[in-house]
Formats: sequence, C-alpha cells, structure tokens
Amino acid sequence: MPSADPNAMTSDLELVTAIRSGDQNAMTTLYDRFSSIVYSVALRVLQDTGAAEDVLQDIFMQLWRNPGAFDASRGNMAAWLAVIARNRAIDALRRRRPENDIEDLVVSVEHDLASETDRSRTMEKVRGALQAMPAPQRSALEMAYFEGLSHSEIAGKTGEPLGTIKTRIRAGLLALRKVLAV
Amino acid sequence: MTVHEQFAEDLALYALGSLDGAERHALEKHLDGCASCRREIEQLRGDLSLLALTTAGPKPPARARQRLMSAIADEPRLPAAAPASQHRQRSWWTALGLPALRWASAVALIVVAIGLLRQNSTLQRDLASLRSRFTDQGSKLEQANEVVATLLDPDAKKIELVAAGNNPQPRGKAIYQRRNRNLIFLASNLPPLPAEKIYELWLFPANGGAPIAAGLFKPDARGSATVVNPPLPEGVEAKNFAVTLEPESGSHESPRGTPVIVGVGE
Repeated sequence: MPSADPNAMTSDLELVTAIRSGDQNAMTTLYDRFSSIVYSVALRVLQDTGAAEDVLQDIFMQLWRNPGAFDASRGNMAAWLAVIARNRAIDALRRRRPENDIEDLVVSVEHDLASETDRSRTMEKVRGALQAMPAPQRSALEMAYFEGLSHSEIAGKTGEPLGTIKTRIRAGLLALRKVLAV
Repeated sequence: MTVHEQFAEDLALYALGSLDGAERHALEKHLDGCASCRREIEQLRGDLSLLALTTAGPKPPARARQRLMSAIADEPRLPAAAPASQHRQRSWWTALGLPALRWASAVALIVVAIGLLRQNSTLQRDLASLRSRFTDQGSKLEQANEVVATLLDPDAKKIELVAAGNNPQPRGKAIYQRRNRNLIFLASNLPPLPAEKIYELWLFPANGGAPIAAGLFKPDARGSATVVNPPLPEGVEAKNFAVTLEPESGSHESPRGTPVIVGVGE
C-alpha cells in the first residue's frame, strides 16, 4: 500500500503492521498523516469543531484497538478513513448508534491517491464534476452524502417526487464516475 | 454499469445510506446472493469517498492530537502473541532435536486424521438421513396445509350427502384434540340467522362442568360455517359439543338460547 505522504519512508501498511504490535509511534505517524482528512470530513458534516474532534478521537481509537480492520488489499487508507469519518459523523449528527463496525466497510478505489499530488489531481476532477452538475443534482447528492438525508427526506425537503430524487442522485454519481474515468 | 439495472438507483442510495424501509430490506436480501451488486456497492463507496476527500478544511487542533496520544498511552496494547509463540516452539524443537518425537507426532496426526475422516463420514450419513426426514416432513406438512386450505376455503364447493328423499338438515362436525387444545368445527345447512342473533358453539366437559363457550359464528349464504382453534382452557376433556342460537349482543358465558345441533358422540 503506498503512502499518502511521498516523503514518508514508512508505508501505510507497514504502519498498520507496527500498530498491530502495539507501536504507539506508528500510531502517531498514522494520525499525523490522516487526521486532517478525518477531521475535515467530520467538520463538514457536523459543522461543530468539538463534535468533529470526538469523531476523530473515536475513529483513531478504534483503529488503535483493531488495526486489522483495515484491509489493505481492498482499499486505500485515505479513502477508507474518509468514508468511515463521513459515516460516523452522520451517525453523530442523527444521534444514532453506529450502523457498521469499521471492519465491515469495504471501499474500492481504483483512482491513484498514493501521494498528495495524486490526491490533489483527483480532487480537482471531482470538484470540476460537481461544479458541472445541474444545481438540483449536486444539491441532492450533497444532501444525501453530507447531511445523511434519506431520499424520502430529501423529497420532503425539496418538494420533488421520490423518483426524481433517486434519478438525480444516481445521475450525479454516474457523472462523477464518468469524469474520473477520463 | 455492470449491475442488475433494476437495482441501479437503489444501489446508489444504499451506498449513501439513504435507502430506507422496505426498499432497503429488499435490496439487502438481493445483495446476500449477488456478488456483482456487492462489488458495485464497494465501487460506489469508493466514488463517494472521493466526494468526502474534497472537503479540504482546517487541520485538527493540537489538543486533539494530545488527547488521542493520552488515550493510547492509557490503553497500551501487547504485541501480537502468535508469532512469538511460534518462534518459541521452533526453538524448542531445534534444541531437543528428537526425530523420534517428530515421528510420534506424525503418527498421532495420521491417527487423528483417520478419526476425523471417520467422523466426517458418520456426519455425512447423519446429514443425509436428516435431509431425507426433513423432505418427508415437508411433504407431510404440505399435504396438511392443502387439507386445511381446502376445508377453510370459502370458495370451495361444500355438498352434504344425505339419504335420498330427505330434506337437508343442519349438521356439524367437531374435531377436538385435548392435548393441544385444537378444535376444528365444520357446520352445514344451518338456517339463516334471524336479526340480532348469532350461533355459538359450546364444549360440554366430560367432568360434568359448565359448558364452555367455543366461538361465535355466522354461516355463509349456503348455511356453512367453520370455527378453528377458538381460545379454550387447558386440559379439558370434551364429552360433547352443541350449537345454540344466541342474542348477538350481551354475555356469552353460558348457553341461554335454543339448541340448533347437538353432538351424538362417535
């Protein structure tokens, strides 16, 4: 597994292996590498620094207790943590118990996110795709993803039919995939 | 998309966690048996993770790092035990260097393997026997269901056969199983109910106790009616059954009306 930091000598997988052996320094390195991703996602969802810090703490403590939850063969660490951060933040937002254990989550990312540069390039594409979407489509996708609303809740909020919301969300995701495939 | 097209929109919503209710349940059922759709969910989560990664925001405050490191220090983890244990075992073998012991272990392993093979064979036989019994029971249950469905089907043609030349008389048949408190009662040729009246089935206990109410019922247009498993007290031995014509409203704790049909015993 390549590292997210091009200057780092230790790969993400090596760090996880060290954490399995109880290496606290490896945990510190992993935190320094990915904490800003986890915190940013949680803050975007929760809009509250204290609550975002709680999510950050919770996720890294789970990783400390169960580093084997990350399956390097089936996911990228940055993407995996981003999805977990989003899910946990939504759970916190809706004041519900976490729906999934972190080890249950498989995230398949085919895009190159190895280095900061690769990630930035991919993010530019994603932001471009979002900007290019019709506003109602982007809004439906963001409400579902960053506010954790169900399609029926979005339909209720926007006054649009359920089927329209479903179609918009799927079309948004297809547009995202299309631009990333280029 | 390389997924079942009918699930395409629901898969997107599911990956977002936005699918709820019956649709979510139906999709999860489908996902249990569809590797292609499970793979699509993983890819959709991957696409969505990129959406999450676009949230470039401030770095967490230093206190968050300090808080985590303190928590980790308070919860030290021991190094994984398995590799160390294997290493110790290898050293022990090498130190002793006893080929005879290795042979003995190999023989022991073979004996255990043979034992397991035999056990496996027995288990296979047991499984085959259980499967056969299961199939047999399933077939019997299916037959029983068909019988009950036919008896209870309001559209089924029910024709009472009586001696030629006689007018059809009201008839009833009660089948009662004391052990499980099961009662099936079938009636036919019942006269139409007068206004504000209803039929009531009664169980007469063998110990001479007071009759027990066993269900109110109204016949259909052809005079047929069915009562199945009414609530009954436990362990009552039945001496007889009867149907009376009762007021529709009021108490039904004891028969007050006219008997319509009464059991004659087996």
